[in-house]
Amino acid sequence: MRAYLPAYELKAPGNLPAALALLEREPDAWRPMAGGTDLMVLLEADKLPHKKFISLWRLSELRGIEVTLEYVTLGALTTYTQVQAHPILQQEFPLLCQAARETGGIATQNRGTLGGNIVNASPAADSPPALLAYDAQLELVSARSSRWVPYQGFHTGYKQIILRPEELVRRIRLPRAKRAWRQYYRKVGTRKAQAISKVCFAGAAELQGETIRDIRIALGSVAPTVLRCVRTETLLRAEKPSPAAIAAAKNALAQEIAPIDDMRSTAKYRLRVAQNLLEEFLRQLRA
Amino acid sequence: MGAQTEKRLVGRPVPRKEGRDKVTGQARYVDDLVFPGMLHGATVRSPAARGRIHAIQFGEGIPWDEFTIVTAKDIPGENGVALLVPDQPCLADSVVNHPEEPIVLLAHPDNYLLEEARRAVRIEVEPLPAVFTIEDSESKKEVIWGEDNVFKSYLVEKGNVDEVCAHADFIVEGEYRTGAQEQLYIENNGMIAVADPLKGVTVWGSLQCPYYVHKALMTLFGLPAEKIRVIQAETGGGFGGKEEYPSIIAGHAALLAWKSGKPVKIVYDRAEDMAATTKRHPSRTRHRTAVSKDGRLLGMEIDFVIDGGAYTTLSPVVLSRGTIHAAGPYFCPNVRIRSRAVATNAPPHGAFRGFGAPQSIFALERHMDRVARAVGLSPEEFRRRNFIQPGQATATGQVIREDVNMNHLLDRGLELSGYHEKTERFARENPGQQRKKGIGFASFMHGAGFTGSGEEHLASVVEVEATPQGRVRVLAASTEIGQGTNTVFSQIAAEALGLEYDRIEISKPDTAKVPNSGPTVASRTCMVVGKLVESATLGLKQTLIGSGLLQEGFSSAEFERACKRYIETQGPLRARSQYQPPPGIHWDDVRYQGDAYGTYAWAVYVAEVTVDMVTFETEVNDFVAVQEVGKVIHPVLAAGQIEGGVAQAIGYALYENVVWNEGRMLNSQMTNYLMPTAVDVPRIRVFFEELHYPYGPAGAKGIGELPMDGTAPAIVNAIENATGVSLHQIPVTPESLMEALAPLEQAGARG
Amino acid sequence: MADGAGKVEIACTVNGERRRFRAYPMARLLDVLREDLRLTGTKEGCGEGECGACTVWIDGEIVNSCLVPVLQVEGSQITTIEGIASGDQLHAVQEAFISCGGAQCGICTPGMVMAAVNLLERTPHPSEAEIRAWLAGNLCRCTGYMKILEAVVRACQAKGVRR
Ligand SMILES: Cc1cc2nc3c(=O)[nH]c(=O)nc-3n(C[C@H](O)[C@H](O)[C@H](O)COP(=O)(O)OP(=O)(O)OC[C@H]3O[C@@H](n4cnc5c(N)ncnc54)[C@H](O)[C@@H]3O)c2cc1C
Ligand code: FES
Ligand code: FES
Repeated sequence: MRAYLPAYELKAPGNLPAALALLEREPDAWRPMAGGTDLMVLLEADKLPHKKFISLWRLSELRGIEVTLEYVTLGALTTYTQVQAHPILQQEFPLLCQAARETGGIATQNRGTLGGNIVNASPAADSPPALLAYDAQLELVSARSSRWVPYQGFHTGYKQIILRPEELVRRIRLPRAKRAWRQYYRKVGTRKAQAISKVCFAGAAELQGETIRDIRIALGSVAPTVLRCVRTETLLRAEKPSPAAIAAAKNALAQEIAPIDDMRSTAKYRLRVAQNLLEEFLRQLRA
Repeated sequence: MGAQTEKRLVGRPVPRKEGRDKVTGQARYVDDLVFPGMLHGATVRSPAARGRIHAIQFGEGIPWDEFTIVTAKDIPGENGVALLVPDQPCLADSVVNHPEEPIVLLAHPDNYLLEEARRAVRIEVEPLPAVFTIEDSESKKEVIWGEDNVFKSYLVEKGNVDEVCAHADFIVEGEYRTGAQEQLYIENNGMIAVADPLKGVTVWGSLQCPYYVHKALMTLFGLPAEKIRVIQAETGGGFGGKEEYPSIIAGHAALLAWKSGKPVKIVYDRAEDMAATTKRHPSRTRHRTAVSKDGRLLGMEIDFVIDGGAYTTLSPVVLSRGTIHAAGPYFCPNVRIRSRAVATNAPPHGAFRGFGAPQSIFALERHMDRVARAVGLSPEEFRRRNFIQPGQATATGQVIREDVNMNHLLDRGLELSGYHEKTERFARENPGQQRKKGIGFASFMHGAGFTGSGEEHLASVVEVEATPQGRVRVLAASTEIGQGTNTVFSQIAAEALGLEYDRIEISKPDTAKVPNSGPTVASRTCMVVGKLVESATLGLKQTLIGSGLLQEGFSSAEFERACKRYIETQGPLRARSQYQPPPGIHWDDVRYQGDAYGTYAWAVYVAEVTVDMVTFETEVNDFVAVQEVGKVIHPVLAAGQIEGGVAQAIGYALYENVVWNEGRMLNSQMTNYLMPTAVDVPRIRVFFEELHYPYGPAGAKGIGELPMDGTAPAIVNAIENATGVSLHQIPVTPESLMEALAPLEQAGARG
Repeated sequence: MADGAGKVEIACTVNGERRRFRAYPMARLLDVLREDLRLTGTKEGCGEGECGACTVWIDGEIVNSCLVPVLQVEGSQITTIEGIASGDQLHAVQEAFISCGGAQCGICTPGMVMAAVNLLERTPHPSEAEIRAWLAGNLCRCTGYMKILEAVVRACQAKGVRR
């Protein structure tokens, strides 16, 4: 079912201002393309809603990983392979590295980008739970403006995002933690590699003695968007991960997520496994 | 070949004949071929499961005058796919019986415009009530095929089941189901056709059975045999999936070529291949088993049903094999097997490695574990008490004359897998663990070659011919689809001559050049056709010796000289061989009694699994496959066949779930129909017991389908061992395992 | 069916040779290689990035050529299966695929070889787990992967691995 190719346009502007100018002129006509690993699948299935694309692949302004005392800042074009190879990310942001390692196969990891994963806005995407758990921020740029926004709140509904049509995601910034966090990531996808998530869980907790001082819990594939489970987090803050607290947290989680039946799995399974993963995460905090 | 003599080539891992072409990308598959002036063809398919075609509308904005358009009206011969029963049209005319049924064909030089045109054709169908499950088909709430929705039924009867069931110590019942499975060869189906009324029709394609396609095209075009030519291109996997459907695609490409006067290529994309072509038949098996207190099988009543989809295709044959294998490698004095292939409004299900046996053996080998538990024996001990022994008769009354020793295979399988130590350890260590380990096994057999009198009807022929340079060419219609036909035939021929492997050439299957050695199916290629290669080659040698040009113990140079002399003086040097049934084989097709197969391969497979109780995912950690397959001609190819089959069956057991909606496959993409990747398969450890089979080439039997049979039940038995939950259906997805565990977990929580 | 901007000129290096051609910018690299450059060793199994039959290298990294719009390879170095052997001399991985039985039907083989050679160039002595993980994006329906893993291991043992 391949698409009718002659109908498509693809331009590769030489720099970011040129790309932004194109978007500014006809914001609803042009869509950005990064590694193409989401868009080209849609093209092949003739499900691309747009006909004009701007290739970002060669824009150096969107590349590179920069480390300061406060932040690690990644260009939107950072690929999964680049994420995994970075020593600071490996040390301080293992959830993101693990998400990258479990995304597709190597060929997909070589082309797929974080920016693409975010803007594609699939509720089943694997990096967003990690990014949410790290309180990531996004830099959104247009020809006329540039703004930093918290990633939490970027997705407003199924495939709905706050990015304006003339904007691009330029960078992703991860605040570096001052203290050590206990971290947990698990992707559930039926087979062990190259599977789309049925449930994806990222958790980070800071303990003071046995008590949870701070905690972040984010999930994918269990709601119309990837989400931070703030109510469950609130319930757990200042608690010990006791069996009673775990049981209460599992109940709270069930209220916060809204899994569905689809071709890949069932609502029942997603709910149960999300709860189980939460339990596994919290139990590990006791160890 | 009575006594086993020293073999030079048989049993050696000689390099694959076409290996170099494959690793360098030089091998030419159908989509790699381009003909001058070639058009691309596409198929417009039924949007509905069942209904009357009201109208076909060609939408706006397409230059339709540039297109070749074919409908059923353009068919010069009969609109039926010639196979067993001509009920399946090549192009639906007036009615449709399943989603994706082909209705209109389009051809155009521009592939992109062609797709745009395909999307612009609208087919209006007035829907008729349709049937989608075995139960609905059986209930005849809607009759969609024949008088009763039944394509075929069999009854196998031995002894008197009713009588023993009335008095047995134990009666154990069970119902088991298996899902559809997509063959998922990595090369999609494809064909190129050249056709005109004067010269006839020639097709090149990805296919398993050149003469099936040949017959189908003769009927479709009403042409004599010599006007049809079928040539196999390099074929990127088949597994049964390129047994019958290529006849349809060849017909389509040829109809477009016939009408346009140009070569036409049709290559399916993945979604079309998955949604429209055949899959493994879904099945339901019911067992009712009578057992004595001491654990002996007294009676087996088996009801086996497969969902055939909308047309007959190969369902009767698939059903037959499933029926005959339903009682397994056990001796039971009283057996009744009833089986039916029923119609539903899904695309026809078809051949897939194992051909009905994986379905009925899954049921049996799950059931044997259940019966064992009911009578208080271990799965091992119960089976040991009932394994069939030489001299005993199978369900069809076939007296086993080979020296089969299932106990020995079981000993080896259990030992190699550490079964006893592990069952004990897992029982001790599992409680309280989040990751539970289990081990299970299945014992089974697979009949080699066609069922019953099938081989006699086929009467396959192989020829060999020598060139003046002393090269020997094997001419057979048996296709290389990855399983190693070219290599094994070369070994057999070279061995028979006592000459070098490289001296042998395998002629590409081309119906204009090679005789009909039968279809490449049923694990018959090595055993049946290989035997013909051997005897034809021996015949060729005999001709040279008989003519006085050569003497036993000849060298390569002498052979070359003899060939040259012979051809110069007497003309072409050829020999042929035709199938002869092994002596003493009798089959009664009416009563379904007798020697169902010339021989069987026997096996015990052991699987070790881990079930994660957090995610309900099952992982296979170790797999031991022990089998007796006669003489192994090529150890690397043979092990490769087993490993590939086991991996496919791991998918069958755990991942490969066809999601249906009103007869249509919803997950027709590789992203949502999941097969095992390199990290999902364990070490697959393959062991052969070699018993010389006198009627196979150099003592070999069939092997290709065997691994598909026992893998899934071994895995599901291991899951039961790990979790205590008895599952009756594959695939065992994490979702279904979670549901099955729920009652146990609740009981555990209460207790 | 409104037409876009039409074909554009693209230049890149394929198997060490400079190539220039005209193509629709969104055309899949896979189709351009197979149809325009007649390098049919690269196969299509799915067109959705799942099977790896279309694996080639772009600037030394493996990619699924079915998901790369050809405009994005402007100026790049592309290597396909046709560029792996040097003349008649097969690469150690190719040799090992033949001797270990790593190719059955052969349709996944070019992609597998491209992925495996790329792995060995980065990690000359990978563990079995590393090989499996690296090849997880290349599906094979024939072999059950055992003989492919063996072939990769044997290739690392072979002396004189090229490159
Ligand atoms: C075989 C396969 C396996 C996969 N497995 C996984 C998996 O396991 N987990 C997972 O999460 N995903 C998976 N994916 C999906 C995909 O690879 C990821 O979502 C990837 O990160 C997308 O990045 P890209 O650069 O290729 O995006 P593209 O396809 O180029 O773009 C995706 C979307 O993002 C937009 N976009 C891209 N960059 C920007 C930017 N800088 N600013 C604004 N908009 C932008 C595009 O307009 C488009 O809407 C898989 C894909 C394939 C083909
Ligand atoms: S064809 Fe590109 S990954 Fe399958
Ligand atoms: S060899 Fe056939 S798919 Fe791998």
